[in-house]
Parts: sequence; C-alpha cells; structure tokens
Amino acid sequence: MITLSHVSKRYPGGYQALIDIGFAIETGEMVFIVGHSGAGKTTLLKLLAAIERPTSGSVVVNGQNVGALKPLAVPFLRRNFGLVFQDHKLLFDRNVFENVALPLQIMGYARNESARRVRAALDKVGLLKYEKSFPITLSGGEQQRLCIARAIVHRPAFLLADEPTGSLDAEYATEIGDLFRSFNQVGVTVVIATHDQTLQARLSPRVIALKQGALAL
Amino acid sequence: MTAWFSQHGRSVAQTLQRFARTPLGSVLNILVIGIALSLPAGLYLVIDNLKSASHQFATDPQVSVFMALDADHTEVARVAVRLKQNPRVQSFKLVSRDQALQELRQSSGLGDVVDSLPRNPLPDAYVVNSKDNSPQALEALRDEMAQWPRVAHVQLDAAWARRLDAVLRLAQLIVAGLGVLLAVALLAITFNTIRLQVLTRRDEIEVIKLIGATDAYIRRPFLYYGALQGCAGGLVAWLIISGGVWLVNHNLGELSHVYASLFAFKSLALTDSIFLLLIPGLLGWIGARLSVGRHLALIASK
Repeated sequence: MITLSHVSKRYPGGYQALIDIGFAIETGEMVFIVGHSGAGKTTLLKLLAAIERPTSGSVVVNGQNVGALKPLAVPFLRRNFGLVFQDHKLLFDRNVFENVALPLQIMGYARNESARRVRAALDKVGLLKYEKSFPITLSGGEQQRLCIARAIVHRPAFLLADEPTGSLDAEYATEIGDLFRSFNQVGVTVVIATHDQTLQARLSPRVIALKQGALAL
Repeated sequence: MTAWFSQHGRSVAQTLQRFARTPLGSVLNILVIGIALSLPAGLYLVIDNLKSASHQFATDPQVSVFMALDADHTEVARVAVRLKQNPRVQSFKLVSRDQALQELRQSSGLGDVVDSLPRNPLPDAYVVNSKDNSPQALEALRDEMAQWPRVAHVQLDAAWARRLDAVLRLAQLIVAGLGVLLAVALLAITFNTIRLQVLTRRDEIEVIKLIGATDAYIRRPFLYYGALQGCAGGLVAWLIISGGVWLVNHNLGELSHVYASLFAFKSLALTDSIFLLLIPGLLGWIGARLSVGRHLALIASK
C-alpha cells in the first residue's frame, strides 16, 4: 500500500516538479500516472522508490515513511520494488542471465535458487533462449523485456515502470502491456508512468493524471 | 551465514575477473608496488644481517695488546705478569708471533704471500677480556695498557662493531622513514586505481544501487581488489628479495667461505615474510576504502 499526502517536490534551482499531491494506491491495484512530458510523472516514481525525497509532505510505502528513511535503510526499501526504466539500464558487459540474476545476487540468494528464479523470469518474458547472449545483440523490445525480467525476478510487491513503451513500436508495446497485466493478475501492485494512450486503452487501469506538477481531475 | 559466504566468494571471483580483464594494467600496478616495497624491505634485511654480525663482536669485546716487534721473551712475559695482577682484567691469552703467522696463512688464503715473506712481520700479542665491558671501562683499560713498557699498540677490537652498530641504528631509522613514505605511496596508488575503477563502473554502480544494493555490497569488490593488489605487490617484493638473497649467496660463495660466520646472508624470517604480505594488503584495503567511500559519495550527490 502506497499513500502520498501533501507531497511537493522542488528541485535545487527552484524548479517546482510536484505541488501538493495526495492519493493512495491499494495493494494489487494497477495504476497509470499520465500527463505530458514535464508534468512530474518521473519525479513521482522517483519519490516512491526513494531515489528522490519530497521537499514537503509524506510518502508512505508499506507503513514506512520513505522521505524520512535513513540512508542505510534505503536499499532494503528498494527491494520491495521492481523498477523498469525507459532506457533499460542494462549492464552491457554481462550476459542476459547475469543481468537478471543481479537483484538476487545483491539479496544473497544461493546459486541454485537464483538460477531457477532467473530462468523462470526469462521464460515469463520469452527470453529464455537468449540466456547466454549479451544485451547489445537484443532488439529494443527484447531489451525492455529483459529489464522487466530483472525487475520481477525477486518477486517484488510493487512494479514501477517509467515510460515502458516509450521507444517501442506498437506491436512490442502490446506485448509489454500484456506482461504487466499478467503480473498484476498474480497480485503485484503495478504503477506505470506513461503517455501511451493505446496501452492505457488496452489495460483500462485506474488513472492518476498530472498537469504541470499538480493533480488534474 | 551461507549467503554471507557465497556473497563474499562471489566478490572475490568478481575481483579476480577485474584483474583478468585488464591484465597489463594490473601486472604493471603490482610490479610498481612490489618494487617500491622491496626497497625498504631489502634494506631492512641488509641491516638486519649486518646487525647480527656486529652483535657477535659487540657483545664479546676484546682488547688486543700488540708488543713491539723487537720485544724479547722476558719483556713479553713481564706484560703477562702485569695482566695477571690487574684487577680489571678477567682473562687473557697470548698469541705468539709464530702462531699468528700460522693463522694468517691458514685463514686468509694468502698462504703464498705469507710464505714468500723474508721474516715474520707480526708481533707477539695478548687478547684480553675485560671484567667490565662498558665502553668507558674498555677505553680506560686500553689507555692504561698503552703506557706499559714495550707495548706498541692497544686496540679495542669491538670499537668498529660498536660504531657499525650506531650507524646501523641510524640506517634503521632511515629505512623506517622510507617505509612510511612508501606506505603512503601504496595508499596513493591504490586510491587512484580504485578511483579509475569506480569511475569506469559508474553506470553499474548506479544501476545496482537502484535495485537495492547496500553500500557495503558495492564497496566489497573494490576493497578486495585493493587488498589483493597490495598482497600481490608484497608477494612480488618477497620474490625480489628472495631472488636477491639467492644471487648474493650464490655468487659470493668464495667470499662467504672465507668469512663463513660473518656473511652467510640470511633471507627473510617467516614472520617478516608474513608481514610483507599482510601489511601491503592492509594498506591496499585502506586505500581502496578511502577511495571508494569518497567516490561513492560523489556519485550519490549527483
């Protein structure tokens, strides 16, 4: 469960990214955060995963106030999230398997258990046959799916995605949309920041609209 | 616990991979560290060897009393009486001129030269042990005996050893200073190596931070790298020194035969060897810790 109340974010230099945002996301929901570029979608996701801290207001995730977390506690909060980035943030000196194994390695999983979960995640996104390939040899859509496999391999409670279909053509976007729906169906809370209308039409989620940093009704 | 071990095991494996990925750079770094370390460690060893040699003499100081060349038997015997009566003398031994010539012929390998001498150039001499071995007492005894009739020269055999000892103590101080300087250099080398690594792995660090890696997890492979690089440098230094000792002992076979007890050059003792491996490892760890801490903070602040 995620609760935001009276959240504002002002960046150093004076840019006001978010103004007095308040909403709640129940466990198991699928939520789209929509709005034009610069409306504050990415900033909102960053606040949830403690990548940024709010200037005022509170962000509470599973009962923890994210804004007040000690630096040492931040990594453990992040393990509740699977993050899908628009630019994928894959490591190009590691193969597909190793990229997906990264979160499990960090959390100290034993090698066997880790390999089993990595293969399950790769199978889920349809990349099992590319296990030994390097990300650079994959297409844009495959790289995005690899990023999703890495995000869900440790079975997080929340899946946060920032413009997951931003750089993909329609066919790939549909595949990705279906993937998110399947995770949501097994109980994962999915939060997607996007301006992709077709994705929204296909998944018919709850929508939170932002306009110039404020909630738009 | 198993998770902890497997994480550390993986960190070590990752570290070794990093060494393997830039073999030339790693080898050059390790060589630089090894050569830098072999300087103070080698000098330390040389001083240690000289010290143990000089100690053999300094702890058992003797005074040699040389008679005049033309002193006859009665005159030599009269000195023996004085020595017997002197309260400051513990024991003494006569080395007659024939005996001395014999010893010279045998021990110095100069047999041919000695044989070709027209007459014995050596005087009769007494080797005297003092009751009190303090430098002042020895010098007083020397001055007293030098006054005796027909005594040509009195020499404190241990004087050079004592002087050497003093010089060695100074040299030791210099080596310690050199050691400190090179320890700082090792810290600097490691700091810089790790700085470059952190910067080239910046993307990786940012990504694994985002997916929940703790700072300790991120630091670990860098710390292992620093420590292993230091240890490898120590190993290189150890090899350089051991090789050097072997060369010295091998090539100075002739000399070490003559000065058998003096110059059988000892290599590093076991504890010294262990220190030579561990201390650079520790310094490498510290250098890496300083560097990675600073550069992670820089990345986090951006």
